[in-house]
Amino acid sequence: MELIFEKSRPGRAAGTVPASDVPETALERLIGPELLRDTLNLPELAEVDIVRHYTRLSRRNFGVDVGFYPLGSCTMKYNPKINERVAGLDGFTALHPYAPEAFVQGNLQLLYELAGYLSEICGMADFTLQPAAGAHGELTGVMIIKKHFERKGQRRSTILIPDTAHGTNPASVALCGFQVATVRSDAEGGVDVGHLRELMTKDVAGLMLTNPNTLGLFERNIEEVAHIVHRKGGLLYCDGANANALVGVTRPGDLGFDIIQLNLHKTFSTPHGCGGPGSGPVGVKRHLVPFLPVPRVVKRGRRYRWSEDFPHSIGRVRSFYGNFNVMVKAYAYIRSIGAAGMRRVSENAVLNANYIKERLRGHYQLAYDRTCMHECVFTGEKQLRESGVHTTDIAKRLLDYGYHPPTIYFPLIVREAIMIEPTETESKETLDEFCEAMISIAREARENPDLVRSAPLTTPVRRLDDVLAARKPDVCWTVCQGE
Amino acid sequence: MDYVPHTPGEQKEMLKVIGVGDLEDLFADIPAKYRLGGLLNLPPPLSEQEIWEHMGRLAARNRLPGATLTGAGAYHHYIPAVVSHVVGRSEFYTAYTPYQAEISQGILQAIYEYQTMITRLTGTQVANASMYDGATAMAEAAVLSAKSLGRSRLLVGRSVHPEYRKVVGTYAWANGYACEEIPFGATGRLEQAALRELLDDKTAAVLVQSPNFFGVIEDIGPLADLAHSRGALLVAGFTDPTSLGILKAPGDSGADFVVGEGQSFGNPMNYGGPYLGILASTEAFMRKIPGRLVGATVDREGRRGYVLTLQTREQHIRREKATSNICSNEALCMLAAAVYLACLGKNLKRLAALNVWKANYLKEALSALPGWRPLFTGPVYNEFAMSCPDAGAANRRLEKAGFTGGYDLSKDYPELGGGILFCATEMLRREDMDKAVSLLK
Ligand SMILES: Cc1ncc(COP(=O)(O)O)c(C=O)c1O
Repeated sequence: MELIFEKSRPGRAAGTVPASDVPETALERLIGPELLRDTLNLPELAEVDIVRHYTRLSRRNFGVDVGFYPLGSCTMKYNPKINERVAGLDGFTALHPYAPEAFVQGNLQLLYELAGYLSEICGMADFTLQPAAGAHGELTGVMIIKKHFERKGQRRSTILIPDTAHGTNPASVALCGFQVATVRSDAEGGVDVGHLRELMTKDVAGLMLTNPNTLGLFERNIEEVAHIVHRKGGLLYCDGANANALVGVTRPGDLGFDIIQLNLHKTFSTPHGCGGPGSGPVGVKRHLVPFLPVPRVVKRGRRYRWSEDFPHSIGRVRSFYGNFNVMVKAYAYIRSIGAAGMRRVSENAVLNANYIKERLRGHYQLAYDRTCMHECVFTGEKQLRESGVHTTDIAKRLLDYGYHPPTIYFPLIVREAIMIEPTETESKETLDEFCEAMISIAREARENPDLVRSAPLTTPVRRLDDVLAARKPDVCWTVCQGE
Repeated sequence: MDYVPHTPGEQKEMLKVIGVGDLEDLFADIPAKYRLGGLLNLPPPLSEQEIWEHMGRLAARNRLPGATLTGAGAYHHYIPAVVSHVVGRSEFYTAYTPYQAEISQGILQAIYEYQTMITRLTGTQVANASMYDGATAMAEAAVLSAKSLGRSRLLVGRSVHPEYRKVVGTYAWANGYACEEIPFGATGRLEQAALRELLDDKTAAVLVQSPNFFGVIEDIGPLADLAHSRGALLVAGFTDPTSLGILKAPGDSGADFVVGEGQSFGNPMNYGGPYLGILASTEAFMRKIPGRLVGATVDREGRRGYVLTLQTREQHIRREKATSNICSNEALCMLAAAVYLACLGKNLKRLAALNVWKANYLKEALSALPGWRPLFTGPVYNEFAMSCPDAGAANRRLEKAGFTGGYDLSKDYPELGGGILFCATEMLRREDMDKAVSLLK
């Protein structure tokens, strides 16, 4: 498809700018010619060109509203439309972040209550809503760990992370100046408790654990794991990106976690927007509350206000207060479904994942044969061994069947991994149809492997050359348009 | 209400296929004593109508200002109808990160086009597909500078947004870097002589902002030359990116990184977020910059297409050796920015000029009031700092009339002895400015 720059025609224009109601002094006089630019190379199009361009682009994009999106660890559930509508209210969108507190009591109430709901859901003492995404929440959480030991006058240099963890975990830890030590998984896909005990010394600040982990499995030994970490004075961090399996059923705080980040764009159904915005609130137990980022909303009587008066805070991790408009959607979602709805989320997310696991188990090999939580992980090793079909090929063939493929090649400890997360908003029919497609692909892999390897056949473009893109990077369009 | 489609009958059938008796059995791995016996303590669920009404009441507890005279990092601009139309298409807003390129060409091409627009505006060669906001974009550029040079000292302009300085400070603390401030002078610009003194061989980056927090346009060229003379990098921020419609591109003045808040490009103020972190750099950092990059390539049949590329920098491959931990970014805000820039096109220049004219009009009118004078002499974009008899009292008067007033400088800059920062964009009508001025008389 043509680039917007290729559609540009000199002299065409869409957005017009109002006439000035104040004197128009020459910019050279007001600013100085040496600071001004002489060319402005932006595309020139009429409004209809722009609308058609982006509408066509949108038709080359697959979202949850288009079809089933079982992308493991990403929790691509349906995003209720009422949330979009309320988040679009002028009363929420039109306020400046420095608007006087008297003007924003509704916003402050919403933030205060949302932090309270998340605390209740997770069994934590309080939450900060400032982090802008899950990984940003992780970073904030690790900073809180750092601060905790700094206050105690202890130097601890290492944080433990299981080998199943998402890549953001080690990256977040490294960004806080800690070393990463990797804890092995045991034969059942959980933390190898023996290895953890070996690694957990007084030099270790804590363990960062995803629970349920990225194999979709609950850490059965969580009690012992927490005990091992706490006995050596360490803190237990929960990557809560997978909370969709737990909400309303169990609380990470009760399980022994000291800190958790939630991904509102996953569990709390705020759409992911092709990669963001997200929101990654961080909850902590009472002893860590003083370290939360500033500012924080406080309530006096019926009035809410911002306070920076927390001398032990790690400081700020973002400008203003975080992704406020995302929080409006999460708040509306929690108020819609309530406590019983929360429980139904987990129950049905787990039901759906186990259903897929059972329906596909004769056709694909399971990575770990246990009851799973919100996602199940298969390996395409059988297909690779028997017909030379890779997991990538299976994923690409799914495109021809009209599905977004599952997450593939993650977690790293599973070769040829296929990680399926259906979420609770998908019906039995959808799951059955998807399973039929997966079963057909398994058959095709046996009977006609070339067909699978040449997929996709029906998409606007076919397999793209990643190697070329990396070897000769072309990351912006440089053809000169003239002025 | 909830959004689960299952009927009780279907649930039973599914449980049977799984081979368990009831839903509780699926949670057998969670030790029984940790399973909640009852329900969470949350307010009762609401129907869709009740949610609409409840949220409407909350929104109505807010008060919409008659006019906004505040900038200070978030700007009130007009958003063309096309922007919300495009961003409201659910093919975009309900998609995840484009890992499967064949069914994500829409957003991938839009990102590629955005990258191109941003490099053109900033005078750079590479722009990523967004950071969380302007402050984290600056902080990550600082950390990357330190890591790539193996140096541990950061020099931050005191005229940089106070919240950005704080975020940079938090990231620097976590990494064990030292952070020092470069003072500003009577023009409102940074003092070059002071910078020369502060620079040493441990300095990784000099962080500046133009227009700076006081709205004053810095001369980036000499600052970049100074930084480079000691082997340090220059990170050039900006306040309002619409200023790039008229101002010389920071990359053309020698900036190694151009970072800042992109909210002004088509994103509502949203009480502070979601916003759009812009991060662009020279080609030298292409394999190091944080976040996602989209590259053009071809498919099996030779057709042009786009993919996420150079991913080996990223956390999901390099894990603890990654240049950043960013994963989810602000893609939808980026899409809004791309559509906004497509709508404005070359008119961005006229829009920027209008901002300059309005701000200068308000600045002059306020300067005529007794006890009011501009704090700085440097040229400004759409914001300016004033000294006045009592900033708190001034804001109270404006608020009473329903205006969001200026940003009170006393909390961040005690050395200014009081002061207030006003902003005038194209949204501020002359009659509102005149009314504000008469209120402050
Ligand atoms: C297990 C896990 N942890 C952390 C993250 C990072 O979250 P975000 O993408 O919001 O930064 C993700 C999602 O990408 C995840 O799946």
